Amino acid sequence: MNRLAAAIASRAAIIVPYLWLLVFFLVPFLIVFKISLSFTAISMPPYTPTFDLSEGWAAFTESLSELSFENYLWLRDDALYFNAYLTSVGIAAVSTFLALLIGYPMAYAMARAPDSLRPLLLMLVILPFWTSFLIRVYAWIGILKPEGLLNQFLLWLGIIDAPLIITGTYAAIYIGIVYSYLPFMVLPLYATLEKMDFSLIEAAQDLGSTPAGAFWKITVPLSVPGIVAGCMLVFIPAVGEFVIPDLLGGSQTLMIGKTLWNEFFANRDWPVASAVAIVLLLVLVVPIMFFQQAQAKAQERDR
Amino acid sequence: MNRLSRFNIVSLVFGFAFLYIPILLLVIYSFNASRLVTVWGGFSTRWYVSLFQNQQLIDAAWVTFRVAFLSASVATVLGTLAAIALTRYTRFHGRILFTGMVFAPLVMPEVITGLSLLLLFVAIGLERGFMTITLAHITFSMCFVAVVVQSRLLSFDRSLEEAAQDLGATPARTFFSVTLPVILPAIVAGWMLAFTLSLDDLVIASFTSGPGATTLPMRIYSQVRLGVTPEINAVSTILIGVVGVGVIIASLVNKRRDVQRRRDEQVAAQG
Repeated sequence: MNRLAAAIASRAAIIVPYLWLLVFFLVPFLIVFKISLSFTAISMPPYTPTFDLSEGWAAFTESLSELSFENYLWLRDDALYFNAYLTSVGIAAVSTFLALLIGYPMAYAMARAPDSLRPLLLMLVILPFWTSFLIRVYAWIGILKPEGLLNQFLLWLGIIDAPLIITGTYAAIYIGIVYSYLPFMVLPLYATLEKMDFSLIEAAQDLGSTPAGAFWKITVPLSVPGIVAGCMLVFIPAVGEFVIPDLLGGSQTLMIGKTLWNEFFANRDWPVASAVAIVLLLVLVVPIMFFQQAQAKAQERDR
Repeated sequence: MNRLSRFNIVSLVFGFAFLYIPILLLVIYSFNASRLVTVWGGFSTRWYVSLFQNQQLIDAAWVTFRVAFLSASVATVLGTLAAIALTRYTRFHGRILFTGMVFAPLVMPEVITGLSLLLLFVAIGLERGFMTITLAHITFSMCFVAVVVQSRLLSFDRSLEEAAQDLGATPARTFFSVTLPVILPAIVAGWMLAFTLSLDDLVIASFTSGPGATTLPMRIYSQVRLGVTPEINAVSTILIGVVGVGVIIASLVNKRRDVQRRRDEQVAAQG
C-alpha cells in the first residue's frame, strides 16, 4: 500500500509540472507558430486561422498546402524589421561588452577581498537584482534627461555649457542595459574567480612574468566559463528587451522587443507580431545553446 | 595575499556607486517638495500623502500583491516538484523535453512569453484579467524556483534518506522529516524570488491582463510614459524599502541558521 502511494507520489512529481509546462509553455508556443502563418483580419481575434483542427485530419492536411508564409516574407522585405533585429543584436553586444568591462574588475576585487568582507560585497551585488527592474530604469530618466540631475551637475561644475542630450540615444540604452544587468555579469564571474587558486599568479610572477602577463595568461583563461555565462546572461535578455529602449531610447531607436510590442498593441497585427517572435527566437537559439553548453560543463566540473 | 590593490578598491567603489547612486537619488527626490522632479524645493512628505489618496495606485498595488502571493505559492509547489523530478528521476519518457521546458523560460524574452500566453488564453476563450496574469506568472516563476531548489537538491547527501528508510521510515515520512527540512531554505528563497519576479513584471502582465486588472508596474509604466511624477518616486521608494528590508532580514536569518548549524556540528563532533 505504502509502496503504491510512493509510486503515485513520484509520478505526480513528474506529471504535474510536466503537464503544466506542456499546457502553458509548449502549447502557447505552437499557437504562436500557427498564428504567424495566418492572415491578418479586422475582427476579434484579429486573424484568420489557416488551419483548424476541428475539421478533422483530412481538412488539416489539405490546409497544410495553403499555409501562408506571407508574414515572414513581409519581415524579409520590409527593411524596418531587419534593421530592428540588427540594432537589437548590436546594442546587446555593445552593452554586454561594457558590462564585462565594468563587471570583471568588480568581480576580481570581490574575489580578492578578505573573507570577512565577501558576504557583504556579494549581498550588495545581489540587492539591486531584487529591487524592481522598472523602477531602476525609471530612476535613470530623472538623471539623464536634458534638465536632469546629471546635466545640472555637469553645468554646475562648468564642464559643459549646454545640456547634453542623452535620453533618446543609444548611449541611454547602453547605460540602462549595463545598469540593469550588471549583477548578472558580476555573479558568475565572481563564482569562477573565487574558486581560482591565486598562488598560480604568484608562481608566474616568481618565474618572471609581469603582472599584466600573468593576468592575460592565467586569470583570464581560468575565468572563461564565468565570462561566457555572464555575457550570455546579459546578451540574451538584452536582445529582446522592451522596457529599457522604450523608456530611455525614445521613439527613434527600434529594438525588436519594442517592434513586437508595437505590432501587437499599436497595429493590432497579431500574425506579424507572432512572426517577429518566431524570428527573434531563431536569432537567440545559437547563444542559448552556447549558454546551456557552458552550464553543463560547469556542472560537470563541480561534481 | 588578501590585500586589495588600489585598482581593486577603485573598481569596487566605482561599480557600487554606479549600482546605488540612481536608487539613492530616487529615494532622496521622493521627499522633494517641488513638483519639478529635478529641482530641490525642500523636504516634504506631501507625495506620500497624495499617494495614499490615489485610489488607482492603491487598487493596482492590491491586485499586484494578490497576484504575487498566489502565483509565488503555486509556483513554489510546482517548481519544487519539477526540481525533484529533475534530480531524482534521471530516466523517464520525455525527460529531455521536460528539462528544456524548465530551462527555456529562464532565457525566453518576456515579449515572447507574454504574447504566446495571451494567444493561448484567446484560443481557449479564457476571460483575461486577474486569473490569466496569475497563470502566466506561475508559469515563468516556477522555472526559477525549480533552478533554485534543484541546486540545493544536487548538493544534498542522499545517504541521510537511505538511513531514514533503513530505520523504517516510509518514503513520505522520509520526505517530510528528512528531505524537506534540508531543502526548506532553498524553497523559501524560491518563493521570495517568485514573489519579487511577479511584483516586478510589466511586460507579461501587460499582454495577459484584461480590463479591470491593472497591476502596479502597469500603472507606474503608464504614468511614466505621460511624464515623470513625484508620486511615482514615492511608490518606488516604498517598494525599494519593502524589498530591501525583506532581503536583509532573510539573509540575516540565514546567517544565524548557518552559525547555529556550525555550532551544533562542533558540539556533535566533540560529544
